[in-house]
Amino acid sequence: MEDLLQYLFSGISIGSVYAVVAIGLSMLYRSTELINFAHGEFAMFGAMGLVTLWGQFKLPLPLAFVLTVAGVSMVGILFERFAIRPIKDPHPISLVIITVGASIVFRGVAMVVWGKDPVALPSFSSHGSIEIAGAVIVPQSLYIVAAALVLAGSLHLFFRYTLQGKAMTACAVNKKAAWLTGIPSARMGLFAVLISSGSGAIAGIFIAPVTMNTYDMGTMLGLKGFCAAMIGGLGSLWGAFAGGLLLGILECFGAGLISSGCKDAIAFVLLLLILYLCPGGLFAQKQADRF
Amino acid sequence: MLELKNVQCHYGRITAVNGVSLSVSKGELVSIIGANGAGKSTLFSTICGLLTTWDGEILFKGASLRGLPPSDIVSRGISMVPEGRQIFAPLSVMDNLLLGSYCVKQSRKARKREIARMMDLFPILGERRDQPAGTLSGGEQQMLAIGRALMAKPELLVLDEPSMGLAPKIVKTIFNTIRQLRSEGVTIVLVEQNAGAALAISDRGYVLETGKVVLEGSAKALFCDEGVKQAYIGKTPTAPPRDESLLIGA
Repeated sequence: MEDLLQYLFSGISIGSVYAVVAIGLSMLYRSTELINFAHGEFAMFGAMGLVTLWGQFKLPLPLAFVLTVAGVSMVGILFERFAIRPIKDPHPISLVIITVGASIVFRGVAMVVWGKDPVALPSFSSHGSIEIAGAVIVPQSLYIVAAALVLAGSLHLFFRYTLQGKAMTACAVNKKAAWLTGIPSARMGLFAVLISSGSGAIAGIFIAPVTMNTYDMGTMLGLKGFCAAMIGGLGSLWGAFAGGLLLGILECFGAGLISSGCKDAIAFVLLLLILYLCPGGLFAQKQADRF
Repeated sequence: MLELKNVQCHYGRITAVNGVSLSVSKGELVSIIGANGAGKSTLFSTICGLLTTWDGEILFKGASLRGLPPSDIVSRGISMVPEGRQIFAPLSVMDNLLLGSYCVKQSRKARKREIARMMDLFPILGERRDQPAGTLSGGEQQMLAIGRALMAKPELLVLDEPSMGLAPKIVKTIFNTIRQLRSEGVTIVLVEQNAGAALAISDRGYVLETGKVVLEGSAKALFCDEGVKQAYIGKTPTAPPRDESLLIGA
């Protein structure tokens, strides 16, 4: 019983990381219909940025956090400006190839800057672990869950209650209509990439103390985030959140009850199953059209 | 207010609009009528900035619109109601209207006031305010598209085929609304295939054929022109002599 509870807590913790990555991916898709396969690299930049600013330069954690998110968002802006925007009327496949190419470039740059050796970071706080019914939760796990909840909640409020958020949704729904309504879709796309890369950085920052940080950590994070977003229904923020949690929990139960070797396989088997049984994802938004 | 000088529009090597010149004064309701393929919608797309491959000159309040993206054109005071409505189907009626005011800098309270004004103009939109726009009927969607365009407080409203695919009763309602807007001082360009209905509410009109303006004049004169009647309004008089004074260059 203790083991099962432990798997659950670990699953929620790792699932929250996937959720943050998935939320960034889903948000970008919701606003621009772009699936960014370089999104995991933004998480890697977030983790490595924190390693440098907090771990090596010893900046205060809040300052390191802000500078890292700002820096990674800047990389996101440059990525949109020079890799995505110049493509006029792009085919989805072209965009996928561009984002895959960008992820390879980002990984290469990270390898040159930070080297190949993994780096560890201490937890954000020195509080001891919490024990519930024999299972242990480390404080960093709680921070990760809180970050995922705050991010999903903030983006939900942003899209639901702000004109800017609605305009971003409108651009994805009908770009021509958005233009004719006076919404500058290029600026909205830039804004979406800014938020998405920033949220990727946040995922990386929160995972940094509980993992070994390397230049190539973004690949698997990006793929798991993509799986989580697909499971939840691409474009749905809470779907991405739930998809991330579900993926994390199933992974931990699979690793604990079957074998740790099949941990990653579970994500992709689950994705295939979901795509087969429910192609729109578990929490895909229902379209209401008369015609 | 709006002036087109010798405008030519191209789709690759095909010239869809060939040397169109027209002008619209403040407060006028001007119709551009013509059959399918005459170049009406191409002209609409060009004025709106959707089509960029054009020559000639388009001036709005004396300033050229060349190179401006559609969002900047809306900011300058031209609002557009495209063919097929192009509403944001999954968003609510309220959100569609709200987005219409995106380029207008105003307080939240002022936006709400404007939305209330649109709901006075189209009461059915008030009843459907929280409904996804995609679930509205064709006529309601058209009203929403017009309401959304008006939320930008335009100086010039350009409508492309607002009667398309609608029942005659709904068309009548839509055209009555257009007439009401004109009486409130909104300058309107109406691109329309339903020549009879369009000319009935217009001050002036232009007839487009194969990308060229072949007739222009007051709506009344065009309405009485036998050639126009025969070609676009559907009545077939025994002898259809054209009013030669309406012919370009006559």
